[in-house]
Amino acid sequence: MSKLFPKSANKLPLQILIYLGVLAGIATAGATYYLTPKYTRVGYAPVQPVPFSHAQHVQEVGLDCRYCHSSVDKSGHSNVPTAQTCMNCHNVIKPTSPLLAPVRESFEKNTPVPWVWVHRTPDFAYFNHAIHVNRGVSCVECHGKVNEMDTVAHTQPLSMAFCIECHRNPEMRLRDPKDIFNLDSKNLADQGRAEDARKYIHDWKVMPPQSCSGCHR
Amino acid sequence: MRNVYLITLFVCVALASIFGLRGTTFTRPPMDVFPEWAFPGMKYQPKLRPQGASTFFADGRADRVPPAHTVARGMLRDDDQLYLGKDDAGGWVKGFPAKLSVDRAFIEHGRERYTIYCAPCHSELGDGNGITKRYGMGATPTYHDDRLRNMAEGEIYNTITNGKNTMLSYADKLAPDERWAVIAYMRALQRAHQGKPADVSDPAARQTLGIQ
Repeated sequence: MSKLFPKSANKLPLQILIYLGVLAGIATAGATYYLTPKYTRVGYAPVQPVPFSHAQHVQEVGLDCRYCHSSVDKSGHSNVPTAQTCMNCHNVIKPTSPLLAPVRESFEKNTPVPWVWVHRTPDFAYFNHAIHVNRGVSCVECHGKVNEMDTVAHTQPLSMAFCIECHRNPEMRLRDPKDIFNLDSKNLADQGRAEDARKYIHDWKVMPPQSCSGCHR
Repeated sequence: MRNVYLITLFVCVALASIFGLRGTTFTRPPMDVFPEWAFPGMKYQPKLRPQGASTFFADGRADRVPPAHTVARGMLRDDDQLYLGKDDAGGWVKGFPAKLSVDRAFIEHGRERYTIYCAPCHSELGDGNGITKRYGMGATPTYHDDRLRNMAEGEIYNTITNGKNTMLSYADKLAPDERWAVIAYMRALQRAHQGKPADVSDPAARQTLGIQ
């Protein structure tokens, strides 16, 4: 009877075990790298119905964030501007531009402009814009330098780890109140004014919740 | 065995080339790590969110307009001075409604709101030469003439609320008390425009400005 298995087959069980270990390592590394909002969401820059350039409107025209996102400091929800907000200027400036057709149609027919939602929090997370911007957290901390974007792209993961990191150490992220809507400004810690940040935390009673019910209900 | 590792390496490189690196710009909707079919109703709950879409209402919007002739509790606007800028006789209010206290904080708030919402056209000085003029916005009036200096506050309030000529309503951006605050700051701009050296009483400020 000839040999069915060569002698090297004796080592096979061990080799298979080692290989499975390597495979598990690769799978873990892959999942760690890819199955996180740092990969799945960062970089999301959908095509919008109107190619609105934040860079042009903020840097060239000098509009404040709140000109369009007017409820951000009053309400939990920061609004996408109404078509009328666009028409405040565009009824006179470039009134016939074909790129603005969806806005004009919305304004005349009272239909929504189908803007694509970029920074979508999951329905189980309750984020309040007003409390953040009124307590020293600038737009730029979560939205990135929108003032330099021609097309808005998702720049921060907005994962729970991202939120909690700041809720544990707010002094690293707070800004001078006058700088909150100036996306080119630096936060107090980066200005070397961590002491001021701690003072603000005390004076403004900045108490970011770390309990589950702070953001989930 | 060596071949198995080589194939594994090849598969890894191939997958990494397909998935790419973190932070690469893309336009397709983001992938859900916990997809809806496996975890229904968590990330996408059957609730309506502000400015969201609705398949229930005919206009496709989650936001609803209050039914006609209804007032939400606590939202009754029965003070014509404050909410319409009109006095009891139906004329424009002169001065500010009694319910508001016009003080420094009020004017500072008006300044902030003015800078955000009004300055793009009316300019930070109120002379009507805002940045939009450069892009073709026509004749934005200056505040510094007798017509606007003498205009009743109530009429200015009405202009902010309902718009005038090419200016559309700013009622959705400025709450009633903020409109009055903007008017207070506008009055401050008008006063400052007519300022004379003799108006500066603070000695330190006189020094800075070089007033003898």
